[in-house]
Amino acid sequence: MSIRHGLLALLERGQMYGYQLRAAFEESTGSTWPLNIGQVYTTLNRLERDGLVRPLPEHEGGQRPYEITDAGRAELTLWFATPISRNDRPRDELSIKLALALTTPGVDVRAVVQTQRSATMRTLQELTRLKYASDRPEDLPWRLVLDAMLFQTEAEIRWLDHCETTLVRHRPAGPPAAGAGPDPTAVPDPTARTDQEARR
Amino acid sequence: MTGAGGAVLDLRDVHRTHGSGPAAVHALRGVSLTVHPGELVAVMGPSGSGKSTLLTLAGGLDRPTAGEVLVEGEPLGSLDRRGLARLRRRRIGYVFQDLNLLGSLTAAENVALPLELDGVRVRPARRAALAALDEVGLTGLGGRFPDQMSGGQQQRVAIARALVGERRLVLADEPTGALDSQTGEAVLHLLRRRVDAGAAGVLVTHEARHAGWADRVVFLRDGVMVDSTAPLAGVEQLLSGSGR
Repeated sequence: MSIRHGLLALLERGQMYGYQLRAAFEESTGSTWPLNIGQVYTTLNRLERDGLVRPLPEHEGGQRPYEITDAGRAELTLWFATPISRNDRPRDELSIKLALALTTPGVDVRAVVQTQRSATMRTLQELTRLKYASDRPEDLPWRLVLDAMLFQTEAEIRWLDHCETTLVRHRPAGPPAAGAGPDPTAVPDPTARTDQEARR
Repeated sequence: MTGAGGAVLDLRDVHRTHGSGPAAVHALRGVSLTVHPGELVAVMGPSGSGKSTLLTLAGGLDRPTAGEVLVEGEPLGSLDRRGLARLRRRRIGYVFQDLNLLGSLTAAENVALPLELDGVRVRPARRAALAALDEVGLTGLGGRFPDQMSGGQQQRVAIARALVGERRLVLADEPTGALDSQTGEAVLHLLRRRVDAGAAGVLVTHEARHAGWADRVVFLRDGVMVDSTAPLAGVEQLLSGSGR
């Protein structure tokens, strides 16, 4: 999503000036996407250049409100009708990190997975707690944003679980070379064990 | 009565081995876990990691091979069968995926049953049962039989039965079972509320979204606790962190 379309959607409710747009934007995204006022004005200038909004006469207080144009409305309709393409996912760094962990000597891949899972789980706990605390009717837009983040976070954990299962399944069969592996009957130190597995 | 540091549940270096010799299966290997009042701990791990074993030991439904389990400071190993049964009825509530509701009893009778088994008279037991049904949003449905209720309602009856009386320890094993996500969320909401009111809870689940309701998530693998999430900040801090 672009700030552009966010501002167009807000102007569809009625004319607004910069500070109002910033406040409304943050309100409707549960402040998950803070904007600075500079971004708002830069975006308004571009929208005006492209004929999607038009400035109105200044208020007495010196604020200049903007309104959406017909072209802006058409652009907004198109945006709502077009699916989002995800080519800039934040998870990409994680998948690349795991792919590299698999091929880098001496890296305990299961530990990398578990470290990430714990951190992601904690995010999921925080999001759940926020949702639990946001139960007023007027919190609905914010709850939807939280739900989106919850589902994305959950998906990451499921993917990590999947990675771990795959790693276990592809562990080479048969005993390790003499003296190199742990005694399978001993109570294992999980850290040491996963180190071994990762190196094999 | 509570245990060291006010813990409701205290597992100390608990081992559980099934069988012996080379065929022995080590379900749990030296697990320690402390749960305080107001705390909900989720236990996650792959199948066979020891999650359910941990819960049955915590609930006194099974005994550890080594180590100790204390509920409100009372070592379960020191109790005879009768004492253990009494402690389970009075202090521990269970919510299992398999609801175990008795089809020949009404919802209120199902909920009152553990109290009556414990010697509470019929009338106060029924009063407590109706209050527990109120708490789970089943006001007025106490006279229905399980087969006259939806899956979600039956699950709530099972929860009311786990919460009835003054149970301070609530143990839940995949409590949302086959419920749809909205009803499942309602079940977790109830569990969370009871814990917020001062109970201690342990929730075994393989669903990350359900574990998200916990204050702390511990990860089991091959019978060993391999990791645990850091304690959470309060809502106020989280809100300010998110800019709200």
